[in-house]
Amino acid sequence: MKKRVFGVVLAAVLMTAAPLAAHHGAASFDTEKEIMLKGTVTEWIWANPHCFLKFDAMDDTGTVRNWAVETANPTDMSVRGWRRTSFKTGDQVTVTLQPVKNGAPVGRLRKVVLANGETLGTTLPGAAPAPAQQPGR
Amino acid sequence: MANRFRLTIFAAVALTLAAVSFAQNLPWNNPGRAQNPNQQQGGAAGPAPRRDLTGIWDAGGEGIGARGYPTSPLTPWGEEVSKTHKAGDGSRMVPVAEINDPLSIMADPAGFPRILLFELRPFQVVHTPNSVLMLYMFEKRWRVIWTDGRQLPKDPDPRWYGYSVGRWEDNYTFVVETVGMDERTWLDNSGNPHSDQLRVEERYHRVNQNTLELTLTIDDPKTYTKPWIPRNKLPLRLLPPGTDLMEMIPSASEAAAYRKVMAEPSR
Repeated sequence: MKKRVFGVVLAAVLMTAAPLAAHHGAASFDTEKEIMLKGTVTEWIWANPHCFLKFDAMDDTGTVRNWAVETANPTDMSVRGWRRTSFKTGDQVTVTLQPVKNGAPVGRLRKVVLANGETLGTTLPGAAPAPAQQPGR
Repeated sequence: MANRFRLTIFAAVALTLAAVSFAQNLPWNNPGRAQNPNQQQGGAAGPAPRRDLTGIWDAGGEGIGARGYPTSPLTPWGEEVSKTHKAGDGSRMVPVAEINDPLSIMADPAGFPRILLFELRPFQVVHTPNSVLMLYMFEKRWRVIWTDGRQLPKDPDPRWYGYSVGRWEDNYTFVVETVGMDERTWLDNSGNPHSDQLRVEERYHRVNQNTLELTLTIDDPKTYTKPWIPRNKLPLRLLPPGTDLMEMIPSASEAAAYRKVMAEPSR
């Protein structure tokens, strides 16, 4: 199973669409950084207050780390086309995420591209970007 | 006579089949349709029914209130209490590992009025002969609002959701007064505090068949120097009958899992 860093810092951007996960705000996250990682799903947890996706990905030094990235809650992710069955262990995924500031393999998810090319994002399909006030915790 | 009987039976069967067909096409696990602006009900709304709030109502994204609300100035007592609240968002925001919000950390009840100020997801209104029931998707809680003319208690024991009485101010405006809220709850997601002197007024104005407006007034002289209005004519949209809402229940075990996997490693 091939895992490698797919990309590191893409851009120092303030996102036009507010992050979904915001019961808690952005205090823990490096909001000026987005990274894209290619990896293998180890767990998909469909739960409140946030769903989170865990996956193994290799960094530039060849070290494999198990990442945990959060989304919003099942209610809001359902509206955006996500399901309890969206991932299973072993799925190959390409994850774009915003990491926490302390360097731990933790972050909040921005989008996932599945092996079949399908993209799961955090904005409403066919609609305006997610509202400025979105749940999270 | 026989023809009329057959026609009646035929009509009844046809209506039943139509209802079954409609029900079969409903999503079984609906997150609340009005969240998506493309999914709101179209067409001209009919007139508001008289003294009736029956139905499932949804504020869409405006109901969530993640960042809390600007308040009137705090009293010195309110200032002291507010300093102890480490919130997940808004003016008292701290990193996720430091949050002490009783709802998100311990899965304590949101309580009232936070259920209207944070995560106001779809809720159903049911009228009974002596009360109005409000059934909330978030937390799967309910409130009883007494409409039998009783008075509010003078010295109530604190309750997470307080003690409520309601009356019709006119044929389209239902007014609810609530006292006796538990001081452990926060008013909103930014950690705005309240005391046992909190009194809340909700005004539900039925604009038309599909629209209700909610105005909420906070009056707590121990905590705030004057009353303030966090919700002012918040529009609520009527969801289709038969909508089966998703569960959205904060549980202690899921909150603990979140802290372990997401919050603690981010310190």
